[in-house]
Amino acid sequence: MTESTYRIQGATGEWEVVIGLEVHAQVTSQAKLFSGAATAFGAEPNTQVSLVDAAMPGMLPVPNRECIRQAVRTGMAIEAQINKWSRFDRKNYFYADLPQGYQISQLYHPLVGEGAIEISLDDKNPDAATKVIGIERIHVEQDAGKLMHDQHPTRSYVDLNRSGVALMEIVSKPDMRSPAEAGAYLSKLRTILRYVGSCDGNMDQGSMRADVNVSVRKPGDPFGTRTETKNVNSVRFVMAVVEHEASRQVDVLEAGGKVVQETRLYDPDRNETRSMRSKEDAHDYRYFPDPDLLPLELDDAFLEECRQSLPELPDAKRQRYEQALGLSAYNAATLTADADTARWFEALLAEGARIQKKSEGEVAKASANWLLSELYGALNRLGKSLDDSPVGPEEGAELLALVADGTISGTIAKQVFEIMLETGERAPKIVEEKGLKQTSDTGAIEAAVAKVLADNGDKVEQYKAGKEALFGFFVGQTMKAMQGKANPQVVNELIKKALG
Amino acid sequence: MTELTNLTVAEIRDGFRVGDFSAREVAQAFNANVAAARALNAFIVETPEKALEAADAADRAKAAGEALKPLSGVPIGMKDLFCTEGVQTTAASHMLEGFTPTYESTVSKKLWDAGAGMLGKLNLDQFAMGSSNETSYFGNVISPWRRGGGDNAALAPGGSSGGSSAAISARLCPAATGTDTGGSIRQPAAFTGISGIKPTYGRCSRWGIVAFASSLDQAGPMARTVRDNAILLETMAGFDPKDSTSLDLAVPQWEANLSSDLKGKKVGIPKEYRPDGLNAEISAMWDRGIEWLKDAGAEVVEVSLPHTKYALPTYYIIAPAEASSNLARYDGVRYGQRDLPDGAGLQDMYAATRALGFGPEVKRRIMIGTYVLSAGFYDAYYTQAQKVRALIARDFELAFEKCDLLLTPTAPSASFALGEKQADPLAMYLNDVFTVPASLAGLPAMAVPGGLDAQGLPLGLQIIGRALDEQTVLNAGLAIEERAGFTARPDKWW
Repeated sequence: MTESTYRIQGATGEWEVVIGLEVHAQVTSQAKLFSGAATAFGAEPNTQVSLVDAAMPGMLPVPNRECIRQAVRTGMAIEAQINKWSRFDRKNYFYADLPQGYQISQLYHPLVGEGAIEISLDDKNPDAATKVIGIERIHVEQDAGKLMHDQHPTRSYVDLNRSGVALMEIVSKPDMRSPAEAGAYLSKLRTILRYVGSCDGNMDQGSMRADVNVSVRKPGDPFGTRTETKNVNSVRFVMAVVEHEASRQVDVLEAGGKVVQETRLYDPDRNETRSMRSKEDAHDYRYFPDPDLLPLELDDAFLEECRQSLPELPDAKRQRYEQALGLSAYNAATLTADADTARWFEALLAEGARIQKKSEGEVAKASANWLLSELYGALNRLGKSLDDSPVGPEEGAELLALVADGTISGTIAKQVFEIMLETGERAPKIVEEKGLKQTSDTGAIEAAVAKVLADNGDKVEQYKAGKEALFGFFVGQTMKAMQGKANPQVVNELIKKALG
Repeated sequence: MTELTNLTVAEIRDGFRVGDFSAREVAQAFNANVAAARALNAFIVETPEKALEAADAADRAKAAGEALKPLSGVPIGMKDLFCTEGVQTTAASHMLEGFTPTYESTVSKKLWDAGAGMLGKLNLDQFAMGSSNETSYFGNVISPWRRGGGDNAALAPGGSSGGSSAAISARLCPAATGTDTGGSIRQPAAFTGISGIKPTYGRCSRWGIVAFASSLDQAGPMARTVRDNAILLETMAGFDPKDSTSLDLAVPQWEANLSSDLKGKKVGIPKEYRPDGLNAEISAMWDRGIEWLKDAGAEVVEVSLPHTKYALPTYYIIAPAEASSNLARYDGVRYGQRDLPDGAGLQDMYAATRALGFGPEVKRRIMIGTYVLSAGFYDAYYTQAQKVRALIARDFELAFEKCDLLLTPTAPSASFALGEKQADPLAMYLNDVFTVPASLAGLPAMAVPGGLDAQGLPLGLQIIGRALDEQTVLNAGLAIEERAGFTARPDKWW
């Protein structure tokens, strides 16, 4: 763990930035937190609304077990304290997108208590600094609906599709000290959520958004007054908000002013934050325990099931890739940065080990290299992602097996892969039909070597005079004569023999 | 043959089964009484066609030899706090005037599924807030009872279930639903000489009942006999997965287990319920009740509920606090009234809509509730009230170590004239002094008529039982009913 050296240079000296994030993550669930209504994104307005979500008279909330389960699993993934007794509170305020006139949330007794997340400032670099960011709590709460002001010149419309959707509010401690740390924290949190499967992490669809708390102080001073910038919806924007807001506060303070505790909004088009409301006109939310709901009591069997259902988490996976599979730190970090990539890689690995009758460790390096260079290269070219890759893990493993058992060379493998991408055919069939099997037929290779050496008598002389680098030239010419299908090892041996 | 509208639920159910009369005849008789009693203003909406429809279904089933349902042939009144599919549901407010739910409350659905028919939606205090039925947007309900000696003052039927109590005592329906938050079943029952039981909190689903105070609201039946209450409650109660506070317990066979033999039972008499200055007639009524229970074989012991005097202030913090939040949904955005003055913004619309839609008592409680939950006052009021609530519940637990049930008066007085207490909210709130403690503790409690006072007005007795022990409460009620021999009914003046 290292202390951040990020400082803002002001006229009066250096300033340190203090950052805390409150991340709202939509819980992956078929149904809302307290009603059976569906939660699909992008549905027609007001088609995912139950009587409960619309707060019709006499309607009552019933907690959705799956939403609670996902929040508990998330808490376990950050090694947080899980509170077996928690309670829902009402946060009262009037707004047209809030049908009940209150949001059901958890103020006094949250579901998840303190935990921690380790971040690395350069994930790909094994020697980069790491830092532990404390998590204060995770509580579950209802999302509000959405107001639409652009449908009519004088009227506003309300879409209640999101009303009542389950959110986890993940509150960090004020442990971050730079835009990079804030960005790394949010990325890491997103990775964990996606691994756990408790949130899809789609920030552009609003499934994850952050309230960014920023203050500045002279190093060693107590915390300064903070501002909260609401609903920031990308890692890049969070970093921009920290940078901008910290500079703004330094400017205010150095001009002799005071930072006002207030809620601000980020305008990505102009890259600035604007005041939304100050503490003075903040709402009095009149929190009190929701009398429609009993306290949430979790039993050991439920907690055990949650624990059992947790997948291997990114840090553990990365360590295993490095130590058990022998991958480089860079490859291990890249493959584990995203749950989908890791899942794809592990399918490739399992299939490769099966076909080649080897251990996963024995096929890991070749698999990782192929995925990260060949496959990623091709996908980038095609503008596709792993999800819609034209070649699946099974097909990839077949291709790699042909290289591993010497049926084709690495060079030929690249050609075969191109054909796979174009035609959707599988590697063994392509190799068979196009006659791409590499040959170890010493007779044919010997003939080719003899011809290459005869055609290049001058170079043979130079080689024998000590210019050993020419060996590679003879190999290349021989391979070319063999149309790439010669076993490179056999070629090497035969050339050595021929040159005496 | 007895007049059909003077029959009890049990008598209608059984008489219909043996063919003494058809269900249609019963429905028609009650429909006629309802139509002839508009001077009482007990109904907000009359639904004679619904009563006939259920009756005809019962008659057809009987003719076809099909199995009959528990309430086949029985028409009832439905308090207009229960959402009824396709029938306007207002909670007696202007706010919800014209609101027609697309759904049926769990309790009313259970009643219809059991074969009961609906005579109409009964008037009540607005959003169930009141003790005299004077806060309804649709006008006061007039008690069918009058003082003796030619005093024609219009009297309160009690509240909030005043439409239910008036309609039952005037024979407009044999039974009705009520809801009880701080006494809204028991006090109106006492005022009109009928019986009503508030079961243990969680026995009846709250789903589809317009909420007043969620931690206190509980549905229950009102009828003229203890047996009828047992019959209705068996249908109304039961676990409902749509209500998180609903109790996941089987519904006991209360009717089959009715017994007025109280041998081996101990009746506690809480001394704090007999304060100095307690109305002498109420006090005397209570003493008679004690003798009746002794006569039924019970042993009487004095008990103490030391925190009783804090019950009323505690209730008037917790109930308004919950109400202030529960009623926030009436904002003019999605249903009910909307007042949108020219050029008004969202906040203006809220203010105008709520100023228009809520009556003075509802506004008073929303303001009290908002105040006690506000920053800086929350701990002094709400948190403190929750602590006292726990102490009150503890009082009962300790008392029930010494006895099996409690006997108390239901209300501190007989019915009063409409308008008499309206100017003084505190005097009105005092009506609930004996009923509120059991509500705060979530205990089953029942009102049964004991007799008439010197003015010829009914007085009630209250029985409070252990949580989930409705049976003992009903049995004690039956013991009193048998001994009180209460047969008085209001003379028809309407």
